[in-house]
Amino acid sequence: MDELQNLFHGFGVAATLPNLGYMLIGITLGVLIGVLPGLGGANGVAILLPLTFSMNPTSAIIMLSCIYWGALFGGAITSILFNIPGEPWSVATTFDGYPMAQQGRAAQALTAAFTSSFVGAMFAVLLITFTAPLLARFALKFGPAEFFAVQLLTFASFVGMSKEPPAKTIAAMMLGFALAAVGMDTVTGQLRMTYGFPELLKGFGFLIAVIGLFGIGEILVTMEEGLAFKGQSAKIDFKVVWRTWGELLKHWKLFLRSVAVGCWMGITPGGATPASFMSYGMARRMSRDPQSFGKGRIEGVVAPETAAHAAGTSALLPMLTLGIPGSPTAAVLLGGLLIWGLQPGPMLFVEQKEFVWGLIASMYIGNVVGLIVVLTTVPWWAAILRIPFSIIGPVIIVICAIGAYTVNNSMFDVVMMLVFGVMGYLFKKLKYPLAPMVLALVLGDMAEASFRQAMLLSQGSMSIFWSNPLVGTIAGLAILMLVWPLWGAAKNVARQRELRMGR
Amino acid sequence: MRGAADEKADPVGVRWPELGVALLLMALGVLVVTDSFRVGTGWGDDGPRAGYFPFYIGLALLLSSGWVALKQLLRWGSHEHFAEREQLRSVWAILWPMTIYIGLIFPLGIYVASALLIAWFMLRHGKHGVALTTAVALGVPLAFFLVFERWFLVSLPKGPLEAFFGF
Repeated sequence: MDELQNLFHGFGVAATLPNLGYMLIGITLGVLIGVLPGLGGANGVAILLPLTFSMNPTSAIIMLSCIYWGALFGGAITSILFNIPGEPWSVATTFDGYPMAQQGRAAQALTAAFTSSFVGAMFAVLLITFTAPLLARFALKFGPAEFFAVQLLTFASFVGMSKEPPAKTIAAMMLGFALAAVGMDTVTGQLRMTYGFPELLKGFGFLIAVIGLFGIGEILVTMEEGLAFKGQSAKIDFKVVWRTWGELLKHWKLFLRSVAVGCWMGITPGGATPASFMSYGMARRMSRDPQSFGKGRIEGVVAPETAAHAAGTSALLPMLTLGIPGSPTAAVLLGGLLIWGLQPGPMLFVEQKEFVWGLIASMYIGNVVGLIVVLTTVPWWAAILRIPFSIIGPVIIVICAIGAYTVNNSMFDVVMMLVFGVMGYLFKKLKYPLAPMVLALVLGDMAEASFRQAMLLSQGSMSIFWSNPLVGTIAGLAILMLVWPLWGAAKNVARQRELRMGR
Repeated sequence: MRGAADEKADPVGVRWPELGVALLLMALGVLVVTDSFRVGTGWGDDGPRAGYFPFYIGLALLLSSGWVALKQLLRWGSHEHFAEREQLRSVWAILWPMTIYIGLIFPLGIYVASALLIAWFMLRHGKHGVALTTAVALGVPLAFFLVFERWFLVSLPKGPLEAFFGF
């Protein structure tokens, strides 16, 4: 068992005292970020990334990934106690979590949510531990054509799977690619789309875009919904935790189902948010008493939380092995790896063993630490939410501005953050998806490079994308994903015609 | 555009924002395509030229946002809502101070500008007392100053006040 040996070595790396300290800081910051409106996993990591440039990469990624786990945990607190989803993936948790809190069962709901998150994450980490090395070994055989095909599949599945209109998904994605292309072309050295502005030479930083789109954009959306935070209070004591755990054991089938949904959605770029909704919907449909959902069923908390955490964690699998992140936060982490000089992808498992296995081991420890931290500190987080938005709001704006400035020490970036913020608000209101845009912005250069290399190999002929069974299958799947919405539209038209004929 | 006769509670329709964003994206698509032509979209001596990939990106951006705009024009009569006027007013209430804040960072530095932003918000929207407002508005930037300039040794934009104290 090579993996187990590597993993134990990884525990040796992760369980040093400074790294455990970074984990604790990361989890605490992460829960804080998850609790505060306008700060989420993606932009929280983006803001803190510049501060880690001087740290050693292993410690830095351990801290940043712990922020991510913390944010996943923190989202549940606001959903259950305040009926405000701190994160998009905890929207489904409010359906049954808040009613439970209203009935005085807040402690049970929180325990269920945290435990489910923990279970979801653990299964996903197990999946990563045992499949990542295999996938990486397999991906070592990939050439540029295969890589571009996988990237194409990633983006095509956004078009095929997202519930937003396909034209808007494509537009958002292409905007991301276009912004990524601005600046110096790395191959020919030519300037592209700078139109004479020296500030554009280095292109648009995806960190700025993430802080603007998710941070400022989120604040604008929050403002719109009004600022009255009225919440239930909660204290968790050990007896309740124990009793709830006993009750949760009965729902093991639900856990397994939700883990499966979550892992699948995390690896394919569906992400945590659709995973949580899907899992909630499945739990309701398969329940003997679907009517009672939405009125405070513990299953209604377990299903979305397990799936969201499983998806959020397994999103790191394609990021580490293929260099393709499964979620916006994973995309930001990937950007971090690039900045630290680590090229994500199959070679990472060969060249940076210590880093990879340290990170994977830290996922186990980080989630255990996270579970303990959130179970013991819930009342304090709830107290933070009682601070009025008229204080929290401007402080978050200041944090975003500082975060945007520190990326490149440039005021131009702060102005761009505001532009991206307004864009994020408009996009959200008009149902343009943000995730594919961010992914395109992060992956743009890589996708372009592999496309050009593939074209060089084939002397400009597209036939390279079906030159062997492997690349042909991936490219075929991608094209299937792209035309998927067309099939749905055709079915719609046919049904409408039928209706008209019937009348 | 939106008649003055509109009632106060009348929600803003989705059609103008939708069309505006789609047209903006189309314009960006045109920018990308024209610039790709400038640097060359074809095949150079050493392989694909700089505009080879962006050209298709721009084209796809133009087509997809054009489709959105076209669909919006085709159902111009429908009255879907973008947002309530009251909601837009609260968004505006945070957007313009934010814009001025970023403008003020240039002359005043980030710490003084942050203090002003927090104070404005707490007084105007929170109706907090002067004592609390002063404490938070001065305390938060001061804490950031210590964390960044002292602890992390990250230099943020500073203005005349910091210069006066010798930073």
